[in-house]
Amino acid sequence: MQVHQFDAVIIGAGGAGLMAALYASEQVNTAVISKLYPTRSHTGAAQGGIGAALGNLEEDHWEWHAFDTVKGGDYLADQDAVDVLCKEAVDTVIELEHMGLPFDRTPDGKISQRRFGGHTNNETGKPVRRACHAADRTGHMILQTLYQQCIKNNVNFFDEFQVIDIVMNGDRPAAVIAIEIGTGELHVFQAKAFMFATGGWGKVWTITSNAYTLTGDGNTVLYRRGIPMEDMEFYQFHPTGIYRLGILITEGVRGEGGVLLNGEGERFMERYAPTIKDLASRDVVSRAIYLELKDGRGVNGKPYVHLDVTPKTVNHYLKEAGENRSIDAHYIESKLPDILDFCRTYLGVNPVSEPMPVQPTAHYAMGGIPTDVDCRVLGDAEGTVIPGLYAAGEAACVSVHGANRLGTNSLVDLVVFGRRGGKAMADYCKGAEFVELPANPTAEAEAQLNRIRQSKGKTRVATLRKEMQAVMSEYVGVFREEDGMAKAVEQVRELKERFENDICIDDQGSIHNYDLLEAWCLGSLLDLAEVTAVSALARKESRGAHSREDFKARDDVNFLQHTFAAMGPDGKIALSYKPVVIDRYQPKERVY
Amino acid sequence: MATNGTVKVELRVRRYNPERDEKPYWGSFEMEAEPEDRVLDLLHHVQWYLDGTLAMRRSCAHGVCGSDAMRINGQNMLACKALVKNLVRGGKGRIQVEPIYGMRVIKDLIVDMEPFMEHYRSVMPYFVNDEPAPENGRERLQSPEDRERFDEATKCILCAACTTSCPSYWANGTYVGPAAIVQAHRFIFDSRDKAGKDRLAILSQENGVWRCRTIFNCTTACPREIPVTQLIAEVKGAM
Repeated sequence: MQVHQFDAVIIGAGGAGLMAALYASEQVNTAVISKLYPTRSHTGAAQGGIGAALGNLEEDHWEWHAFDTVKGGDYLADQDAVDVLCKEAVDTVIELEHMGLPFDRTPDGKISQRRFGGHTNNETGKPVRRACHAADRTGHMILQTLYQQCIKNNVNFFDEFQVIDIVMNGDRPAAVIAIEIGTGELHVFQAKAFMFATGGWGKVWTITSNAYTLTGDGNTVLYRRGIPMEDMEFYQFHPTGIYRLGILITEGVRGEGGVLLNGEGERFMERYAPTIKDLASRDVVSRAIYLELKDGRGVNGKPYVHLDVTPKTVNHYLKEAGENRSIDAHYIESKLPDILDFCRTYLGVNPVSEPMPVQPTAHYAMGGIPTDVDCRVLGDAEGTVIPGLYAAGEAACVSVHGANRLGTNSLVDLVVFGRRGGKAMADYCKGAEFVELPANPTAEAEAQLNRIRQSKGKTRVATLRKEMQAVMSEYVGVFREEDGMAKAVEQVRELKERFENDICIDDQGSIHNYDLLEAWCLGSLLDLAEVTAVSALARKESRGAHSREDFKARDDVNFLQHTFAAMGPDGKIALSYKPVVIDRYQPKERVY
Repeated sequence: MATNGTVKVELRVRRYNPERDEKPYWGSFEMEAEPEDRVLDLLHHVQWYLDGTLAMRRSCAHGVCGSDAMRINGQNMLACKALVKNLVRGGKGRIQVEPIYGMRVIKDLIVDMEPFMEHYRSVMPYFVNDEPAPENGRERLQSPEDRERFDEATKCILCAACTTSCPSYWANGTYVGPAAIVQAHRFIFDSRDKAGKDRLAILSQENGVWRCRTIFNCTTACPREIPVTQLIAEVKGAM
């Protein structure tokens, strides 16, 4: 066991973690712990753009961005936090450019912007060009740029170290415990402040855009130590994943003029969202696809629809909309090179001349570790701050995304709150002392690993994981209802039992033991699946991504509030609720 | 996307577990695969259902994170972008998977990436411009043509497929290698950057660009279709 001491420790090296690291390391001794090499983080898979009201191509205002975000979130977002997000988006994007980020450019040399779902001119209701982009690899560019700057600034990295526990002393965090993947050794990282920026947990579901490594580890580590999880029932299904594989096809395809067509060749979004059609919010479009499939209008009787960005189709609809621009194959190749590559590689489909088969794919957690606008973690629904504990990015819930996140706002969230969190941690560290380590700090981490190592059951981890994914996809997906969710809760609990008592692993070694670590990560997914299902079951309304067949309307009287789900001392989940901050925009009906 | 029936695959994997094996050996696994399956899917099948001790790195599974560069049937590829139908002709065949060459093997398909990262860090792979930003608080301007100049280099995902396919690198591990040169190119040809000369000075040294013998393996290996050899030539030309 090795013990390290830093002022600030950041867990996770995606966009939020690296941005926080840049800011914290300017002022205090900072370390970043990541289970992957930082450039492998899933921020790098984000494609279409980062939203900011730069107004480079047409009139735009951060207040419009804020309203769109609140409406997109079906009025569950905290509006003070949304203001911070959208106002600071503008100078954060400029800051990224100053760090060298190679955005695409307008003819006059400014950052280029494109349309994206739910982003509108608030006066006309029409789509506005707000997504700042670097081809269809904007997230890759953000991740690379931030990592490059971290190298420039000599940030300390512990690559391929996976955090599996946090040691609390009373209500204060004292250390995190990480396993060094290359050796299997446990390390204790003592610090004054800790930030969890560990990303999402799309692997709870079968079809997902998420990486294999997105297993919500940071959330679980905190949850097991009593920290509540906020709004876990709100999980976004992106409308356009590659059929069966779930690989993301950016909304930027529709931003560039692509349209969704059902099996009859009909542009069905005209019926569901007459004003902005294919560029409605993701929850709206995903539901529309499901309804089309349910009514037998999939393509060739299969459970997918077409996403068509061929110049012929795009130009047809541009003309119909009275727009005087048209596109050609070269334009598509230059704006969406990665999308074309994915389709050609995995499907043998060439999107320049034929449509892409798509289906909704589990994509993004709106919920997560509750924080305030300075990324300070909240210990309860009353908003009690836990000193020294921070969270940012997809792992966190500020809440700026409410019940449904707008496209591009995940990248905004990462850099805006990564920066705020990094600064806040540094300020905190300057006035704080280390919290005393309890005796034997690695005991719980060792116990967790030993339980897995010594488990002598019959079920393989992959089999159990598949069962969990099937249950969650069936009952806690795009559409939900009481009986199904109750079944999900029950079945996930059975799977947790089996995880405790009936798994087996092959690898008893120390070096790069992914057999062991994948098992641990399944434990994490199971905990988060349970919290998701329990939170969802209790919310008897439809709002944003939480759409119930048995409660079809939004219920602002009873449910205009955030869910806080915490594990009690008896292991049972206790729910409580926190009011939504509403200042500028009173809830009204959500129509696109 | 029609499936033309399954394929019988013998997956041969170069195995080495330092806690168990004195030296590397070939493991062999028989399985039925779909033509559209990725080699990564086959490796997962082994890891999940046949032998959990198989070790490899992987994350995104669609060619953007750069974790799973391997030598597959003698060529460097990402396991998540290598499809069975492109490796096996007819209804049956063998797919052979090894760790990338030129690096110390730690366990099975996992190699020590540190020397690669060290070369990467040595070329100042970060934007440098200490001049004041525009007074209006906005972005520095750059024409679409100037932006296009280094576009290819920005696609690099640091997977190491290029560097570990390079015979010059195999022969001499102190050569910075193609990936580091691509990373330097990305800044040398960025009209906003001010440290191009410093990078060229680094790359003009003994272990810099001149160790490139224009063998083109790197270009073939790149899963992002970056014309690596051409970019190296552009850096040479800027000396």
